[in-house]
Amino acid sequence: MTGLEDLYKEVILDHYRSPRNKGELPTPPAIMEEGFNPLCGDDVKVYVILEDKVIKEIRIGGQGCSISQASASMMTESVLGKTLDEAKEVFERFKKMMSSHENDLNSAESSLDETPSSLGDLEALKGVVKYPVRIKCATLGWNTFDQIIDSVEN
Amino acid sequence: MSKSIFDPQVIKKEFPLLERSVNDNPIVYLDSAATSQKPIEVIERMNDYYKEINANVHRGAYHIAELATEEVEETRRKVHRFINSNSEKEIIFTKNATEAINLVSYSWARSQLTDGDVILLSSLEHHSNIVPWQQLSSERDIEIRWIPITHDGQLDLDNIDELLKGVKLLCVTAVSNALGTINPVKKLVEAAHKVGALCLVDACQSTPHFETDVTDLGADFIAFSGHKMCGPTGIGVLWGRLEILENMPPFLGGGEMILNVTSDGFTANELPWKFEAGTPPIAEIIGLGVAISYLEKIGMGAIREHEQKLTSYALQMLNDRFGNDLIIHGPQNPIDRSGVLSLSYRDVHPHDLSQVLDQYGVCVRAGHHCCKPLMKLMGLNATARASLYIYNDESDIDVLADAINEAGKIFA
Ligand SMILES: Cc1ncc(COP(=O)(O)O)c(C=O)c1O
Repeated sequence: MTGLEDLYKEVILDHYRSPRNKGELPTPPAIMEEGFNPLCGDDVKVYVILEDKVIKEIRIGGQGCSISQASASMMTESVLGKTLDEAKEVFERFKKMMSSHENDLNSAESSLDETPSSLGDLEALKGVVKYPVRIKCATLGWNTFDQIIDSVEN
Repeated sequence: MSKSIFDPQVIKKEFPLLERSVNDNPIVYLDSAATSQKPIEVIERMNDYYKEINANVHRGAYHIAELATEEVEETRRKVHRFINSNSEKEIIFTKNATEAINLVSYSWARSQLTDGDVILLSSLEHHSNIVPWQQLSSERDIEIRWIPITHDGQLDLDNIDELLKGVKLLCVTAVSNALGTINPVKKLVEAAHKVGALCLVDACQSTPHFETDVTDLGADFIAFSGHKMCGPTGIGVLWGRLEILENMPPFLGGGEMILNVTSDGFTANELPWKFEAGTPPIAEIIGLGVAISYLEKIGMGAIREHEQKLTSYALQMLNDRFGNDLIIHGPQNPIDRSGVLSLSYRDVHPHDLSQVLDQYGVCVRAGHHCCKPLMKLMGLNATARASLYIYNDESDIDVLADAINEAGKIFA
């Protein structure tokens, strides 16, 4: 394999092969939002059960490519048990990583280094930035989760 | 026309883009169903137009304006001969096939169809030949009905007489861009005419690959795009039967499409200019003309023969090499299909498959190919589509196969 190591890191392939928190939750009590990637036909469903604004349970349904599935799987691990505000904060940092230009990757790396393990497994997705079409795949689950935050807050 | 000797190696050299590399590998371009590459003749002629005769058409009475006008009208005659139509007045230049279909929808359908009428679509249509009709049916009480497909992606015509009841317009693609299925268009046109319906044929995936004869086909409208047949983007064609076009109101209004304008109103121009509002894409029209000459020089029969042979090779070789791990959707007999290979490889997502292929310089398209209703019927979310053209040969298929194999290793 040449050059794809940055994209298809072992952690990513692991989350793709054995996705965490995959499945559905009954609505209600769960809140569900669905997101689409019109480019490739992928769709993702995010189910969340909240208690006092704390994410008690989260599940991912739908189907998609390795990047969208792995990213959604990692997302569930990174927000489970967190408050919505904390989850939002993780999302902001993830978005920032995804929007860093390829040339800024090194500086992005150093700023991430300052907050070690802040994004955990998610940092493996950094390589996606080099493949602009795939950024939409990586953010699909997150944007769908963001719709849930919006619906709760409004 | 005498049969030319077909050599993809020679043809490849006439396409400058195919000399480049991608990710340090020679490019293997397998996405001609999306858009074809352009031969040097087309590129240079368009450049020359801007360098030597650029002027607006149908307006100036000076030398270069006359030259530009003549080139545009010469291309119209070329298209007329290429599809064997009755008259060059039947050739309308549009921006692409999508605009051509919308022209029929806005001008013909909106002036002819009323509440209760039915439009029959094949289940193999591209969104371009679906959405304009859905837009119409959201404005009026017009029913959209679908011709079903068999499991291998061919039209199921068992109940066609029943389906055609009350139909005013049948819309069918000559060849499916998602599966490669070649449809029995002539038979469908006859069936449509029997119930008094018109037939619009989406010829996007047929004009680049085999002979088009609208007189033999008997259709009422055909639409196609220049960019899939060695021509530039920005130019498409609507062909319609003269007596139908004559009775249609103009679509877009503006310059070119009028004979006279007063403060009280306008008189529409004659055909074909009645449907060509504004300054046309002159360089693109000229480029299309060169592309048609280029294809004719090779010979449409020779092109079809080459693609069919290559498709047979691909079906056989991929099947031998990957067995049940690789599904090639659509008809299994190469006679029933064009050079479109819609692939599912194990459970590797098409997006991932195409990403790995790209690493090896192989360009294929992953997704729903603008055919979401069809994909749903086939039980698919997406496929990876490799599509062949004149410049492809067996070595391209071999590289494709090797790259698929590499994807298998990553997603083992
Ligand atoms: C069968 C078919 N119809 C219509 C279109 C639309 O062509 P264009 O985008 O050039 O209008 C395409 C091209 O993708 C096609 O393959």
